[in-house]
Parts: sequence; structure tokens; C-alpha cells
Amino acid sequence: MNFDDTPQEAEFRQVARQWVEANAPKEFEAELSKSSLGRIRLAKHDMVEVGKAWQKKKAEGGWACLHWPKEYGGRGATPIERVIWQQEEGVYGKLTQPFQIGEGMCGPTVMAWGSEDAKRRYLPKLASGEEIWCQLFSEPSAGSDVAGLRTRAEKQGDNWVVNGQKIWTSGAHYSDYGLLIARTDPNVPKHKGLTMFFLDMKSKGVEVRPIKQANGMQEFNEVYFTDVVIPDSQRLGNVGDGWNVSLTTLMNERMSIGSRLATGVPEMFEFCSNLMLEDGLAIDDPAVRSKLASWAVKSNGLKYTSYRAISALSKGERPGPENSIGKLVSGMMLQDIAAYAMDLQGAAGSLTGMSEETVHGQFQQMLLSSPSMRIAGGTDEILRNIIAERVLGLPGDIRVDKDVPYNKIPTKGR
Amino acid sequence: MNFDFSDEQKQMRDEARKFLSEQCPPKAVRAVLDGKAAYDKSLWKGLAEMGFLGVAIPEKFGGAGAGHLELCVIAEEMGRALAPVPFSSTVYLAAEAILIAGSDAQKQKWLPKIASGEAIGTLALFEGKGNPSPKAIKLTANGGALNGVKKPVPDGAIADFAVVAARTGSGSRESDISLFIVDLKAEGVEVKELTNIDPTRGQAEITFKDAKAEPLGAAGEGWGVITQVLDRAAVLMAFEQVGGADRALEMGRDYALDRIAFGRPIGSFQAVKHMLADMYVSATLARSNSYYGAWALSTNAGELPEAAAAARISATQAFQHCAKNNIQVHGGMGFTWEFDCHMYYRRANAVAVGLGSLSYWEDALIDRMRKKNAA
Repeated sequence: MNFDDTPQEAEFRQVARQWVEANAPKEFEAELSKSSLGRIRLAKHDMVEVGKAWQKKKAEGGWACLHWPKEYGGRGATPIERVIWQQEEGVYGKLTQPFQIGEGMCGPTVMAWGSEDAKRRYLPKLASGEEIWCQLFSEPSAGSDVAGLRTRAEKQGDNWVVNGQKIWTSGAHYSDYGLLIARTDPNVPKHKGLTMFFLDMKSKGVEVRPIKQANGMQEFNEVYFTDVVIPDSQRLGNVGDGWNVSLTTLMNERMSIGSRLATGVPEMFEFCSNLMLEDGLAIDDPAVRSKLASWAVKSNGLKYTSYRAISALSKGERPGPENSIGKLVSGMMLQDIAAYAMDLQGAAGSLTGMSEETVHGQFQQMLLSSPSMRIAGGTDEILRNIIAERVLGLPGDIRVDKDVPYNKIPTKGR
Repeated sequence: MNFDFSDEQKQMRDEARKFLSEQCPPKAVRAVLDGKAAYDKSLWKGLAEMGFLGVAIPEKFGGAGAGHLELCVIAEEMGRALAPVPFSSTVYLAAEAILIAGSDAQKQKWLPKIASGEAIGTLALFEGKGNPSPKAIKLTANGGALNGVKKPVPDGAIADFAVVAARTGSGSRESDISLFIVDLKAEGVEVKELTNIDPTRGQAEITFKDAKAEPLGAAGEGWGVITQVLDRAAVLMAFEQVGGADRALEMGRDYALDRIAFGRPIGSFQAVKHMLADMYVSATLARSNSYYGAWALSTNAGELPEAAAAARISATQAFQHCAKNNIQVHGGMGFTWEFDCHMYYRRANAVAVGLGSLSYWEDALIDRMRKKNAA
């Protein structure tokens, strides 16, 4: 048992480290290092532009989507090399945020289901950040039950005509292409009437509207489709096989290993170490210590769980299912930590802004944002279902709409 | 990165599991639970023959000379099987104390007997309620004679010898505490068995009246040794807890698949599924924290105090959580004597306080994290 690289890994790390050292945009290092919780914001620069420049440089150096085959813009790297790269890319990895949906979900779907022409046309530009992709799955009435989606695609000659609405689309406003799942047959049960497409986001009839979120920010969009025309050549997989195709996308969503999720623990530890209560420092209070210790071991547990997965990759094995716990644990923890920090601040705990009493509203912002951590990318409840069914082997839920034609499924509760 | 046990260590785990599933089925645990024996003597003998008792004891002292990682995988299986033998007190506490502080002669005298199963040892630390603390030790040592009362002493009623923490100074500082080895069959030692929530691992009260004792380690350095022993034992016990938690989770999962209610397996109800998923989360966090503890223990890393506390907390929480909810998944049947659920519940809650309570270790973890941050 050790934490060392194998000789080959060490050599790869050395090459990666030297390249990052020579090429990274160091002028942004301080800003990018600042916060693990808050959103990444660059005071004087546009995040997407800076990100594109970094991604382009990486692509030229052979470091973009490095686990992809070379002919599609990657490096043909092994999974463990990808993890090492992420470690060496360090804070600059935050600049790749606009490309993560494309790299993590849209790209692998095109790779698995697209024609050779499509792969050669789209994947290298996706990898280099020249073209940004977004994912158009969720709808206002189809979240966890995404197969219940309503957006319609109807065949007209060699084209499909799309009408409907998607929601929670990150980056739709700066994306060039979108991966879209739509209903092509409402007369069959819901999973069977779906088809996957990709489309140009500048197509006529596509309208992107920002959503004002519960935390007051605007990071996601609604996307409206009005008679949008998509050529049949931009279909991925067979007509009616969209659900199956979407599983490629969603599996990749939950596969990211080595990417550390924010837990709030380091921030909370520092906060409690400095907060003076009536009887002394918060960290000397037994109740505070007990909570802090419980959170610390959860956070450590996640870290060492990911080390176990990395170790499996290093041996060329498939990691076990352990990594599926990451978001479930960290999401709840962020929310609990934020609320407890505010409790320790007492009456001033509700203050936001640059208030001195509340360390610039750090935990207040965390409190307001944390509900999304427990919903986006699979709600806590869906994640528990996945663990129960795929890891523990428990039976799936009874699905009352399984064999019912989509257009006969009730649409209102009461 | 190779943050995993080696193939040889995993093979040893498989061997231990196979051996214990044959030699230590629930029926064997029940024999001790029901008071038919103080511990499972034939299992103890078998463990010695397999080389498990001396796995981390050097060859020159009669052990297998493997190491602590090997001991961790065996500990996991012991916890999984709820082995009703004095393994933790003899191997994690007594043997480790002698390995850390014993003279060559003491190692030569006791370690081969531990490895061969001839001697059962324990650590006599506590004196009534409370957590490990030099202040709590009232038992005195004067001129090699001990006077005072220790309780609870794990496996004290069946132990042949004990490492005893005694006061040799007049204050309540760490340097006032020294360690001694005492032959529990000798004159001046009175042992009384206590009842406890987990009869498969006994507890005793031991009264010392001018009992003859031999110093273990230098005078005034006892507390430092105790701290090291507790850290090592915390990691090893964490593996027992991880093994127990995993088994309790499996029992709950299996029952949820078999039991039909309202016309379907109860494992198809989300209330039950989510409970089991949360048990899996706890068990996974505990396993990962324990692996880190195992790494720190096996390399004697400076991180051991922090890693041990984290492993202890995480594994205690996981075993308690899984054992408790295993009963809940079983419903009424889980509350019968006949089903095995309560044996895991008993063990989980007994070992949760055995080396010092959760709050003690939480306190320790925060102190140790602060020390690291300050450094």
C-alpha cells in the first residue's frame, strides 16, 4: 500500500507538469485558487474566452480530452494518465468548466453513436474548445423522470421539425451545438418513443432564456424550440432508440473519477478556528468539535474512496461502484455545514454582502446555492435508488407507466 | 498510486473468511452468547494454528512476521464473523503494548505464547466511567506492588496476564503514569466477571491487592505508550467494525430481497432501499478511512494519530448505523433472539465505547488536525 506513482506514471506526470509550468495562464492563478465553493469568476476577463484560449493551447499540446483517440482530437491516454493530468492541471482545470458537458457527456455520445464523418467533423473541435456543446435533456415536467419528456420531433421529408422546451441547460447561451433528446412517437410507451439528435444552437427557432435561480444567480437556461429543423443526418442511433443512446451520456456523467467535489470542510475548519464565541474559540467547544469531526471524516472518506478508484485505474482495473457516493455525501454536507456556520454566527448569521461578522457571506452564499447540489446531475433520491439497485442489487421500482402509451399517461396529479 | 491491499493480502483475507465461515458460524457465536462457554476455545486454537494470532509478531518472537496490513485483513474477517474470542484484547492491546515498550526478555516471554494461543492478554486501563485520561488512573504502583481496581477490563476474566496502567507519580500529569505486566493468576489479583451488552466478548473487574508487577517500559512513560497502543488498536478495531458493518448491510439487503409484504419484496420500496443505500454510504466511507489508517499504521507514518482517530470515528458510526438499520429492515423478526441481527447490534455498540467513546475520538481528531494545521 502506497501513494506513489509507478515509474511510467511518474514519467507521464513529469511531462505533464513541465508542460503546465511552461504554458499555463499564470496571471489567473491567484483568482482561480481563491475559492473552492464560490463560482469561478474572473474580475476583468470573460471566463469563456479565457477558457477557450487555455483549451486551444492544451489541444495544440495534446492535452485536451486526452483519453480520446488521437484521430478525434485526443491523445489516446489511459484512464490513470487522465487522472494524473487533472492533478497536474490543478487550478487551471477550473477554466475548462464551459467544456465539461461537451467533453464528459456530448462527446462520448457522438463517439459511441455518430457516423465516422460526424466524429471527424465534430469531436476535434469539441476537444479543442473551438466549439462548445450543451446537453438538452431535462424539461420542466421531466427531471428525474427524463423519459417522460414532451419535446416533439416530427419527420418531414429528410428533416425533423422540433417543438418544445428544455430547462437547466448549462451554457446554452454560449454553446455552438446541443445534444437533444426528443419524442418522436407519443403512441408507444415513454422509453420507446424517444430519439437522439444533435443540432446547431444557432438554428432558426432556437431561443435561449436565462433562468433566475433561487440563489439569485443566473447560470442555467431554458431553451425553447419553435419549428426548429434538424437534418436526419444529425440523428444519433435509431429512431425510437433515444433512451438507450441517452444511457451512454448519463453513464459518463457519473463516471468522473478524481474530480474532487467541494464539501465545505476546509472552510468550516478555518472558520471555527478563528470564530470567537462568548466562552472562547468555537473550535474549543465540544459540540462544535463533534460536528466538525464527523464532517471531517466524511470528507476524508470521500478523498480516500477516490484514491481507491485511482488505484484501480492504475492497475488497469475497472473501479468499483464506491465512487457513486460522492455527490450524495458532499451535497448534504455542504448544506448542513452552511446552516451550522450561520447558527454559530447567531443573529448576524442572516447577513450577506461584505459583512465582517459573516466572513463576507461565504456560508450564506453556500446555504442559498447548496440545494442545487442535491438536485443537479441526479437528485439525492435518484442516487440512492441507483446505489440500491445497481450496487446492492435491490429490485427496481414498480413503474405504473411502463407499458402505457406515452399519450395516455396522466399529466396532472389532481 | 496503490492504495489497496496486495493480492497476497487479499488472499489471506479470503483464507480467513473461509476458515471463519467454517469454524465460526453464528451457532458458535451463540454458544458464547448463551453463556455455554466464556469464549470459543477450539476457535482460538484454530486461529493460532492458522498463524493469525501472531501475524504481526516478528518471527524471532514466534510470530509469522507478516505485518499490520495482514493483521488488518484478518481483523476485518474477525469482525464480520463476530468471532467470540479474546482477539482484540490479546492481539491489538497486549501484544502491541509489548511490541512497543517491552524489553527483549519480555517479548521473548510473552509474544511466542500469544502467537501460539497459550496466553490470553489484555490491557487494564479504565477505572469506571469515563474516557482514557491520565487523571482517571488511581491505581498505584509502589515498589512493584499494585493496589487498586480496574474496570472494565476486556476479556479480563479469561486473560492470563494484563498490561496495567498505574500511577507512579503524585500528580495527574502524563509523566505520572507507568505500565506494568501482571500475571493475573498470581496472588493479590481478584477477578470478577461483569455482565455487558455483548456477552460474546466479556468484561471484568480486577482488584489488585499488593499484586506483584513487572515494569513495562520506562517509569513515567506509560501514557505515551498507551496513546500509541490506542491509536494502533483504533485502526485494527476499525477493520473489525468495517467487517461487521458490511455483514449487517448484507443481512439487511438479503432479507429485503426475500421478504414479501404488500405483494412485493420489501427491498422494492424506496423507504427500505434508501435506508440500505445510506448504510452502504457509511460502510464505504468507513472502509476508505480505515484503509488510510492501515497505511499509516503499516508505515508508522507521522499521520497515524490523525488517521487512527478518523478511522475510529468513521468505522464506529458505520457499524452502529448498519447494525441498527439492519434490525429496522428486518422489522419484528429483527427483534427476536432467534435472528442474528441483535448480535451485530450488541457488538457494534459495545466496541463503540471500548477504546474510548465517539466523543473522545472526535475530540482527539480535532486536536490532531489542529496540530497538523499549525505545523
